[in-house]
Amino acid sequence: MTAGSVPGAPRLSVARVNPVAKLAAALIVAFTLALSVDAVSAGVALALELLALPFAGLPVRAFWRRTAVVWITAPLAGLTVALYGRASGTVHLHWLFVNVTDGSLQLAGVTVVRVLAIALPAVALFATVDPTELADGLAQLLHLPARFVLGALAAFRLLGLMREDWRSLALARRARGVADRRTLRRSLGLAFALFVLAIRRGSALATAMEARGFGGSAPRSWARVSRFGGGEWGLVVAGAVVAAGAVTVAVVTGSWAFVGR
Amino acid sequence: MLLLGPSGSGKSTLLAALAGVLGGDEEGDSSGTLTVDGREPRAARGVAGLVLQDPDAQVIMARVGDDVAFGCENLGVPRDEIWPRVREALDAVGLAVPLEHPTEALSGGQKQRLALAGALAMRPGLLLLDEPTANLDPLGVVEVRDAVAEVLAQTGATAVIVEHRVEAWLDVVDRVVVLGADGTVVADGAPREVLAAQGAALAASGVWVPGREPVISRVAGPAARPELLTAQGLRVARVPRHPLPLCVDAGLAGGSVLALTGPNGVGKSTLALTLGGLLAPASGSVLATAALSAGADPRPIRWRSRELLTRIGTVFQNPEHQFVAATVREELALGPRALGLPNAEIGARVESLLDRLGLSALAGANPFTLSGGQKRRLSVAAVLASRPRVLVLDEPTFGQDAVTWAALVSLLDELRASGTAIVAATHDIRFLEAIGAHELALSGVAA
Repeated sequence: MTAGSVPGAPRLSVARVNPVAKLAAALIVAFTLALSVDAVSAGVALALELLALPFAGLPVRAFWRRTAVVWITAPLAGLTVALYGRASGTVHLHWLFVNVTDGSLQLAGVTVVRVLAIALPAVALFATVDPTELADGLAQLLHLPARFVLGALAAFRLLGLMREDWRSLALARRARGVADRRTLRRSLGLAFALFVLAIRRGSALATAMEARGFGGSAPRSWARVSRFGGGEWGLVVAGAVVAAGAVTVAVVTGSWAFVGR
Repeated sequence: MLLLGPSGSGKSTLLAALAGVLGGDEEGDSSGTLTVDGREPRAARGVAGLVLQDPDAQVIMARVGDDVAFGCENLGVPRDEIWPRVREALDAVGLAVPLEHPTEALSGGQKQRLALAGALAMRPGLLLLDEPTANLDPLGVVEVRDAVAEVLAQTGATAVIVEHRVEAWLDVVDRVVVLGADGTVVADGAPREVLAAQGAALAASGVWVPGREPVISRVAGPAARPELLTAQGLRVARVPRHPLPLCVDAGLAGGSVLALTGPNGVGKSTLALTLGGLLAPASGSVLATAALSAGADPRPIRWRSRELLTRIGTVFQNPEHQFVAATVREELALGPRALGLPNAEIGARVESLLDRLGLSALAGANPFTLSGGQKRRLSVAAVLASRPRVLVLDEPTFGQDAVTWAALVSLLDELRASGTAIVAATHDIRFLEAIGAHELALSGVAA
């Protein structure tokens, strides 16, 4: 019950590090890379991250499953930029708003690398985050209001029940003879019904939490310890190293370009 | 102490007030004084522990240990003291699972015992149980009842229990208080004496009084009817590609009742939904005979939603899942309207159902605002409005008071006598006997 009870995760792996440190490391990389639009900083960051990924504590299959969405969206983002991005240099294809040029192609490549460099570490780090531990960390280490954090945590658990509700609602519509109607209207009706059920579940949960003394004025104690020790600082430093390395190489090679310039 | 009374007499409200979770002035009026342990209940949080009816609504955390610890944390109990309390509470309710055990993997009875442990860990002097076993199967009822009895014997705490299934609790309680419809105390005393004096009135208000259970006079119907639906080598799956270890061969004739029984999680509901043409069979077949399909595809799962209406009607376990309309009247008119019936015919069907199920006074109400028993009656009536030849019901009598139960069972019996085929997934032995059902006992092993 101490910090870090991710099932199946090996000891001393990044998976067991406090989620607050994971959050910090991912944010440092993301903010730094969002400052520039050059290829070098994103490329260096991505290279360093790929070296570090084997230590993320994520089994290979889980890694591909969790990051699949990143591998799909990054090329799509690139394609969009290639077709519609700021035009410069030789024109390869021009049709209505589509304008593929040397400039837009280069920008597309940079976009793909940048999306990967920002999203991959974030997804890989958060795949092993236990919501309960994150809540403990946010409330105990960052001192966010316990009422808010624990309310969100409890609501998060309702998502599973809502998935079941959605299935039952859809089946019930078919049984009631109203599933042949236009799909859009039907989906809106379903969404509204789910919304009503969610509110009811939410208020029932709130009552149950109040019955256990939640929301009282007495100071709260914490059953689980949220620690921020060597491993946590290590991960934050690793994030900072990736960010600093990327910026340094980009500035030295003269390719660093602040967004908007 | 067992608290009894007709629905609407304020039993649950009183428990909520005792627990200090009743809303403030803006949500209703209160008068008089109520003190728990000499203090106002809101100020005395932690003195009273509350366990509610719905097992799913009370699980707060993802892991068993954290869930039990939650109340202690809110009371500011020091960390070193919390974990011993958690283990002690889990021991007391007999929930022998690791502290890391995921709460979503627990059964209904286990979830109720978890809620009980969560309340116990706060060391309350007063335990408030609001129909703690109404949503449980017979095994779960015994589980929770025994856990409560054990806890009371160990801790010497006071318990106030609201429950309309009296029988299970008679040996646990030493005092019964009966509230009247207007909320006044009608009787207060030893269980056997109160039940002897108030038994008839209680039974009439829907309480299950031992020895005064409702009796259904069955309607005779012709014996032999054509077969409507057959299942062959049927395997079912709630989630596609994950079939349950269950293989069913069954035939369903008009005017017969087939009861699907078996322990929780065996797949009763899934089988019922598959027979109802709502879920596709994982393997094997569900086939409608020519008498039922009447020109449509023999496989019910291929039918359009509108084609299902007159052929197979399904009543869901949770009535709220199937409500679509804004008023009770609209809810009943929905099926007939989808069938394109003339307005006069729709009106006639709706009025007769409103009348038959005692919902006339509520015709303009929103279905979600009805009581549990009224919702159940409406969900059955809404399906009957399109006059399906096969009726599939998932736990139709679950958690119902004796009055609603009797009304439902005699309605279903009439339908059976008039030639409707009925399939019911159920735990209710009394229902099986009252309606003369053929029982299909499901077990986890392939039959």
